[in-house]
Amino acid sequence: MPNTSTKKNYGGWIFLALTLITYALLGLLKPQAATQAFNLFTHVIAQILPVLGLVFLLLLAANLLLEPKRIKRYLGRGSGLKGWSIALSGGVLSIGSIYPWYAMLSELQKKGMRTELIAAFLYSRAIKLPLLPLMIHYFGAVYTLVLCLYLIVFAIINGILVEKLTKQSR
Amino acid sequence: MSADSFLKDNFKKTIRTFINVVPIIVGMLLLTSLVITVFQKQITAGLFGNGDFLDTLLGASAGSIAVGHPLASYLLGGEMLSGGVSLIAVTALLVSWVTVGIAQLPAETLMLGGRFAVYRNIISFIAAIAIAFLTIYTLQFLGLV
Repeated sequence: MPNTSTKKNYGGWIFLALTLITYALLGLLKPQAATQAFNLFTHVIAQILPVLGLVFLLLLAANLLLEPKRIKRYLGRGSGLKGWSIALSGGVLSIGSIYPWYAMLSELQKKGMRTELIAAFLYSRAIKLPLLPLMIHYFGAVYTLVLCLYLIVFAIINGILVEKLTKQSR
Repeated sequence: MSADSFLKDNFKKTIRTFINVVPIIVGMLLLTSLVITVFQKQITAGLFGNGDFLDTLLGASAGSIAVGHPLASYLLGGEMLSGGVSLIAVTALLVSWVTVGIAQLPAETLMLGGRFAVYRNIISFIAAIAIAFLTIYTLQFLGLV
């Protein structure tokens, strides 16, 4: 997991404080709407609390098993089906902020990693393993499964198209 | 590093990550609850509700410019569904939220090249719309929606 995702980050707390200020302002202007919104919030948070426990366990598993260096070792100049499967699974398993992954992919690009694999890696990041329980909670297991399958297929299509278009315009 | 300290270090790291995520989740839940409550009519009847294609286009556009944790898109999407927005538009929002990054475009351009970043984002935007339709049609075919 990229180190940057575990650094002290106050952005979330600032965002929470700003949201609370917005609530306070709304409470002054439209107390009924603020109460109604807060009731909706308590209803939703009560529903997702158990799922958050599972999210924590999956984050721990990802921290124990993965790090960019390890994924980088296997992506290299690999080609063929192996390269595709590594790029796709690497993207799915990669977590945290996108920026360290851009940096890693940029480094691999300089070392000869295929453009299509970079695009496929970035696209397959759309599947967030630790967040799947929450997605299932909101949208159902079958929906999540179907969507994930399409995301994998489109990660490959995206990779092929980006490679072709960038080559053509060179 | 011993197995014990490796586990401890990673447990601490996970707690730090989780602590960073918690205010985002709580803040996003608060904000979506507020938006849904205050703008319920506009969301269900105003912005959305103009047919599958336009709604999907709108969902994909909103997801493309959105900045935030992917978790926020699930929460927002779930609340939008409860508010009467179609699953097809919500799917486009969910997919474009994590595949298209207008806000990250400068960083992607700098690190991976301009052509790559622009083409990748355009293709991802079109793909988000295609995936939204395909997912819902597949679920309809399976008799699940």
